[in-house]
Amino acid sequence: MLRFKGKGVYGAIAIGRASLLVKKSDEPSKRVNIESVEGELLRVTNARKKAHSQLDEIYKKAILEVGETGAQIFEIHKMMLDDEDYLESVESIIKNQGVNAEYAVSVASKTFSSMFENMEDAYMQARAADIKDISSRLISCLSENEFTEVSLKESSIICASDLAPSETVALDKSLICGIATVYGSVNSHTSILARNMNIPAIIGLGEEFLNAVHNGDTVAINGYTGEIFINPDKETVTSFERLIKDDKEKKLLLETLRGKENITLDGRKVNLYANIGGVENLGAVLINDADGIGLFRSEFIYLESDSYPTEQKQVEIYKSVLEAMGGKKVIIRTLDIGADKQVDYFSLEAEENPALGYRAIRICLDRTDIFKTQLRALFRASIYGNLSIMFPMVTSVWEVEGILEICEEIKKELDREEIKYAKKIEMGIMIETPAAAIISDSLAPLVDFFSIGTNDLIQYTLACDRQNPRLDKYANPHHEAVLRLIKYTVDSAHKYGKWVGICGELASDLSLTEEFLKMGIDELSVSPSFVLPLRKKIRETDLTK
Amino acid sequence: MINFTYTIKDKLGIHARPAGILSKLAKEFESEIYIEKGDKKALATRVIAIMGMGILHGDTITVTVSGSDEEEASIAIKKYLSENL
Repeated sequence: MLRFKGKGVYGAIAIGRASLLVKKSDEPSKRVNIESVEGELLRVTNARKKAHSQLDEIYKKAILEVGETGAQIFEIHKMMLDDEDYLESVESIIKNQGVNAEYAVSVASKTFSSMFENMEDAYMQARAADIKDISSRLISCLSENEFTEVSLKESSIICASDLAPSETVALDKSLICGIATVYGSVNSHTSILARNMNIPAIIGLGEEFLNAVHNGDTVAINGYTGEIFINPDKETVTSFERLIKDDKEKKLLLETLRGKENITLDGRKVNLYANIGGVENLGAVLINDADGIGLFRSEFIYLESDSYPTEQKQVEIYKSVLEAMGGKKVIIRTLDIGADKQVDYFSLEAEENPALGYRAIRICLDRTDIFKTQLRALFRASIYGNLSIMFPMVTSVWEVEGILEICEEIKKELDREEIKYAKKIEMGIMIETPAAAIISDSLAPLVDFFSIGTNDLIQYTLACDRQNPRLDKYANPHHEAVLRLIKYTVDSAHKYGKWVGICGELASDLSLTEEFLKMGIDELSVSPSFVLPLRKKIRETDLTK
Repeated sequence: MINFTYTIKDKLGIHARPAGILSKLAKEFESEIYIEKGDKKALATRVIAIMGMGILHGDTITVTVSGSDEEEASIAIKKYLSENL
């Protein structure tokens, strides 16, 4: 059994036979001197006609399989094939160098695809694959070879170095149960099409993957985790079979609830968001149909790094999340680490009692250089979507005033540097200490929203260490003290016209949903997999009873 | 010749699909239609060049239309931009 890990771009699970896809057009076209320029240009014209009719067919097929929006890329491919700059480039290489059309197309392909590869925007970079795709098609039409013919005989997992969108559509979908590629990007059409087709897809598996896998190997693919097993052992197969069954049940639930409102029987609406701890969870957020991200834990950026992550690196990450959510609300929580979540390069001193120690906003307000880098990155990324920023571990008014002052400084800095940021960024705080809950009426006027972090609020209110199993009977999450603090926080927020949500584990406790809604909670943010069960619960609740 | 500017409101900017639709639209007219962003300039009919300009959310572009049907062409382009981008 061999295991590889890449990036899952669509969450689904499958077991199937490997089917390797090796492209003829991967080989560079040979340069050949030609005798008749006119003849060569005519070949290009004919090949274009052929490519056009192929694309028409693919377009029709794609409409049926992935719908109008997903199919439009092939209309754009046709336009690219007709693009005057592209054609002029091909023709001038043929005319000026007296070379064959295949070679001219491959040179033009390189020129135009590298133009896209060098663009700053990740989405535009991915368009290089479209240029390569139309060029390969043109070359295959020139050489009268069929364009990547793959005939599948049984349920297969396609393994390839990369997949062009047209290849994905050309394959017999009823026989594909997964896609695994060495390269590729989250923004590529292949990822989008795979998502639309509902099959697990993993990209970025690395070169070794294609060397290790052979036609006919059994392959187990998990699009949620990005894991793929070649010739899995019995145990792995059993666990995959169970995962596949669970996944099916979950998706059935999803079918009935997808796109439905989070509304009670008596008409109370509530926002239902998802908590995530990394970019790799984005797929799960979208699949589970969350209305937004209620808690994005930014610590992972620091935990996965060997030194302080740069502003630019952070901008890229925040941008990719905001763009993936396409205008839905994304609440990013600033750095929340402490002695219990050690990051070496912070060189934090060991503490007797890290939960009550130097952590989260306390570090940020002390080491403002780190805090400012993160805030600048957040503000800069804000133009790419609907960003809100949330600050953890607040206990006093002066902290919030200090935070807001730093934010104002950052805005002035960016204005001076003429760097754009969104005009409206909601600023909120976590209510996770009893102190914050008790003075929530003083905090509410300063911020746009509250998000109640129940895990810490329970531990601090009940004086129970979260990690200590012997305290289970004391650490009762339904304790009246906790519920009163939540209620008081909701009332304080509403008194000042602010909204309030819950992003701790308690949000997914279905036995409390009704009580939270009665208190007037405006938003619940839970793990992606809890979104639909919670939606179901909300839709079955009647607050008048 | 008609000149006008437009600031992109769409979150994704002029990505593949709108670039394609724009170039299709531009081809319906006889007039030459140029799109300009900073020091970059391209004919609206050339889809790869338009995509290559990397026009993003918040960017301001200048559209220049000249030809026998410049009036109709600029109305059509303006309409498409304001309704879709």
